[in-house]
Amino acid sequence: MNSKYIKEDKLLILELLEEIDHHGVEKIRRKADDEITKYMPRKVILDFNNVTFMDSAGIGMVLGRYKIINMLGGSLEMENVSTPLKKIFDMSGITKICPIRG
Amino acid sequence: MKNIYENEMKLEFVSKSNNEAFARISVAAFAAQLDPTVEELADIKTAVSEAVTNAIVHGYEDKEGTVKILCKLVGNSITIEISDTGKGIENIEMAKRPLFTSKPDLERSGMGFTIMENFMDEMEVKSIVGLGTKVIMKKVIKKDEVEEETITEVLNEISKMN
Ligand SMILES: Nc1ncnc2c1ncn2[C@@H]1O[C@H](COP(=O)(O)OP(=O)(O)OP(=O)(O)O)[C@@H](O)[C@H]1O
Ligand SMILES: [Mg+2]
Repeated sequence: MNSKYIKEDKLLILELLEEIDHHGVEKIRRKADDEITKYMPRKVILDFNNVTFMDSAGIGMVLGRYKIINMLGGSLEMENVSTPLKKIFDMSGITKICPIRG
Repeated sequence: MKNIYENEMKLEFVSKSNNEAFARISVAAFAAQLDPTVEELADIKTAVSEAVTNAIVHGYEDKEGTVKILCKLVGNSITIEISDTGKGIENIEMAKRPLFTSKPDLERSGMGFTIMENFMDEMEVKSIVGLGTKVIMKKVIKKDEVEEETITEVLNEISKMN
């Protein structure tokens, strides 16, 4: 995972680089939460540009990060979500609280 | 009479989460014989991942067990059976409902069965408490029909131009 923090905007961009399944999600979760608690951003963007596979583990992962960010008074958005990933997010209704940008 | 293409493969592996990627990639490689679209292949991979993860996480609850996959190709359809001999499901109807999960503490979303149902053409769950669970899924690869259509359209266009 690559992360970029833009201080002026209190914006944290987390670029996911791995396949998101039950096996890989634990590492992603830990890294994301480390970055979020380190910067306390107002907004987090999850960038899915380099994610080649995702299953329902991705829904749980996004929802879990949303809960943490929401508790800190911030918001979460998703970016570069490919068609197969979007199909999964739309099915769960999560895009209503974590919108897809662009 | 035209012969129908048939093929079959079996996979068996230990219920370790590392094998989730192995399982979905193997099934996708086998399904590639039917010449599916990228999207159809992605659907198959996702559905397999869901069923295999369920066997590992819920069936065996992270204890060691064996997950079995049986894949059959008949004509332009693929049937995938994924089974475990784990703890089984008490109420299948309830388990299949969107957002139902028996493990909400682990950031499960309860969308596994819903995804399998939506991404495949058919899905059936058989389970006996204490004996195990089998998920049977079928997908028809539609690519050829679509391609034939487009070819006909193109030919029509050309004949109009002449
Ligand atoms: N192979 C299995 N053995 C035992 N129970 C199972 C099995 N597969 C599914 N279940 C039960 O069915 C429920 C629903 O499964 P489903 O895949 O839809 O959601 P989940 O696995 O809980 O969450 P998600 O798949 O979104 O991470 C599970 O919570 C579990 O109780
Ligand atoms: Mg599941």
